Amino acid sequence: MATRITRRLEALKAEDRAALVTFTMAGDPNYQASLDTLKGLPGAGADIIELGMPFTDPMADGPAIQKAALRALKGEHTQQKTLEMVREFRREDQDTPIVLMGYYNPIYRYGVEAFLKDAGEAGIDGLIVVDLPPEHDSELCLPAARAGIDFIRLATPTTDDKRLPRVLENTSGFIYYVSVAGVTGTAAPTPESVERSITRIRAHTDLPIAVGFGIRSAEQAAAIGRFADAVVVGSALISCIEQADSVEAGTRDVHALVRELSKGVRSARLTPA
Amino acid sequence: MSSATDSTTRFSRGPDANGFYGDFGGRFVAETLMPLILELEEAWEWSRTDEAFRRELEGYQRDYIGRATPLYYAQRLTEHLGGAKIYFKREDLNHTGAHKINNCIGQILLARKMGKRRIIAETGAGMHGVATATVAARFGMECVIYMGATDIERQQPNVFRMKLLGAEVIPVESGTGTLKDAMNEALRDWVTNVDSTFYLIGTVAGPHPYPAMVRNFQSVIGRETREQILEKEGRLPDTLMACIGGGSNAMGLFHPMLDDDSVHMIGVEAAGHGIETGEHAASLNGGEPGVLHGNRTFLLQSVDGQITDAHSVSAGLDYPGIGPEHAWLHTQKRVEYVSITDHEAIEAFKLCCELEGIIPALESAHSLAHLKKIAPGLPGDHLIVLNMSGRGDKDMASVANWLEQHGDTDKLPNTTVEAAEPGRIDDMQPPHDVAKKTGETE
Ligand SMILES: Cc1ncc(COP(=O)(O)O)c(C=O)c1O
Repeated sequence: MATRITRRLEALKAEDRAALVTFTMAGDPNYQASLDTLKGLPGAGADIIELGMPFTDPMADGPAIQKAALRALKGEHTQQKTLEMVREFRREDQDTPIVLMGYYNPIYRYGVEAFLKDAGEAGIDGLIVVDLPPEHDSELCLPAARAGIDFIRLATPTTDDKRLPRVLENTSGFIYYVSVAGVTGTAAPTPESVERSITRIRAHTDLPIAVGFGIRSAEQAAAIGRFADAVVVGSALISCIEQADSVEAGTRDVHALVRELSKGVRSARLTPA
Repeated sequence: MSSATDSTTRFSRGPDANGFYGDFGGRFVAETLMPLILELEEAWEWSRTDEAFRRELEGYQRDYIGRATPLYYAQRLTEHLGGAKIYFKREDLNHTGAHKINNCIGQILLARKMGKRRIIAETGAGMHGVATATVAARFGMECVIYMGATDIERQQPNVFRMKLLGAEVIPVESGTGTLKDAMNEALRDWVTNVDSTFYLIGTVAGPHPYPAMVRNFQSVIGRETREQILEKEGRLPDTLMACIGGGSNAMGLFHPMLDDDSVHMIGVEAAGHGIETGEHAASLNGGEPGVLHGNRTFLLQSVDGQITDAHSVSAGLDYPGIGPEHAWLHTQKRVEYVSITDHEAIEAFKLCCELEGIIPALESAHSLAHLKKIAPGLPGDHLIVLNMSGRGDKDMASVANWLEQHGDTDKLPNTTVEAAEPGRIDDMQPPHDVAKKTGETE
């Protein structure tokens, strides 16, 4: 059975354009505002939604996402509330794939089986868990696959040809290429070097490849969207929330940036490189 | 005893190939770090059997660190407590003043072997930072130390030492600005500079192979202790005691005797204001299993899996986790884990100064405080070895502050008291309340 993620990516491939994947943090700056932001994302042009699960110690994230997590936790956001947000979202939208992204401990404490059951029922399609490399597939990756939830893995510049097969082995939905060795929010490398890496990964897999880290503008999204199957934008959206004068303005600014990014992604393959 | 052979393979053999001690340990890190961690494991495995590496390490242990450290009979403390016979393993006499350098010298030799030129480390009390800066200077490597802003405040002398040794000290403001936050920031640096950089972790925590590697470099403590006590007493000790932050000085003392059934072992965690107050650093006695900083272990955390802040008067124990091997030894009941409040630690600190002429680190004072509780009830032929993990020079400001806040001012230099008094009233904890609180935990 094809998952929502696979169906969406196949449809976009048929349209010959890359998917726009947005990342925002559940509960940032508060529950209602992050739900409003979430609900407006598909209309603004997001094709796949990544929703961050806040964690106190996000050790692979830069300052923007760290602060977003702390804002959410300060508002007493919980794993339960993240699932509740998705349930509310699903009442209006049954098509846009939702991927939860975060760290293992909050899932571990929830209980892996209970979490997968509740996540599946809430309408979650995939998981990205930063601190679960393939060495720990039995923890969550394999149980998720059994529960029909895609486990999306990160490949990085340090994932060499020897290691790639291991990383790809139990990955489903898509593979997320982290274009720089670093934390979220750091500057992106040149599109040329990213393209070389994507070509290298394609030799190992037929899975769609998303590219993220450091993409902030429509131009960058277009440049990456020429060759990648999906373009991920996170810190730039989170910064809109941080910098906005009001909660409403934060939501509005996120949607405005998503509309621009979406234009970038949609135009990527229309003009010659 | 018939169980002796069984236990030989039981307690000291971990971890397994994936870095697990039972359910604890592992390599819960971002993919970016995995290839490097595997490479480190390979280098470490190589070093364990390489004769030249062993000789070089032993050379530095002897001539640079000043090993072997003495096993010292604490006669006046023994007489004062009137029970068990007490020995101190004098790790405070190491170069740089704590056990931390045993591990640093081992890891920097590996870093050199792996061709790394840049060393990063996290530090709490600053002792690991100083030891790291020291070996980095000795081997001519660039050194960056992450230290929580709160800890920088309370461990000023060590910050200055690190800078003199040529290290860059980066203050970490996130969280409570203590050890856990410094470790997050060091991990972020490592992911970013993965090619050039060696992360020199200071305790038996982090992803495999760190817990096992640090333990092995620290095991020189227990190996020497075993030999020295056999020489002095003709038999093994009855009880070993050590304080626990991440657990490296304890693992170093315990590991070589884990399979000697007759040796009882006690790890002492920091209970801060008291476990019942929620303000403590006792991961085993007040935490739950979880995953942080690359391993599964006992953590201070909320029901929702968010890490909560630790508290201890001792910066070196102020960490919401504990090494995974301790978590396993705890669930196996091989080692007994107890906890000691700030107040109890300070009292034991003072006693050790006055009776033995040794100013202990506040970390070590936690094990001294538990010693104070148990030694009087034990017979005179009961041998206790306590790991004096470090010296207390670095803690002068913390202790002075504490004494002043608790109205115990007779030994304080006048300047400190006067300068601090006017603005400090609000911060002061009423001494009676604290005394009552600690009384209740006992
Ligand atoms: C003197 C001393 N003892 C103990 C510790 C705690 O560390 P560990 O539990 O790894 O020995 C520290 C840490 O900074 C220390 O400086």
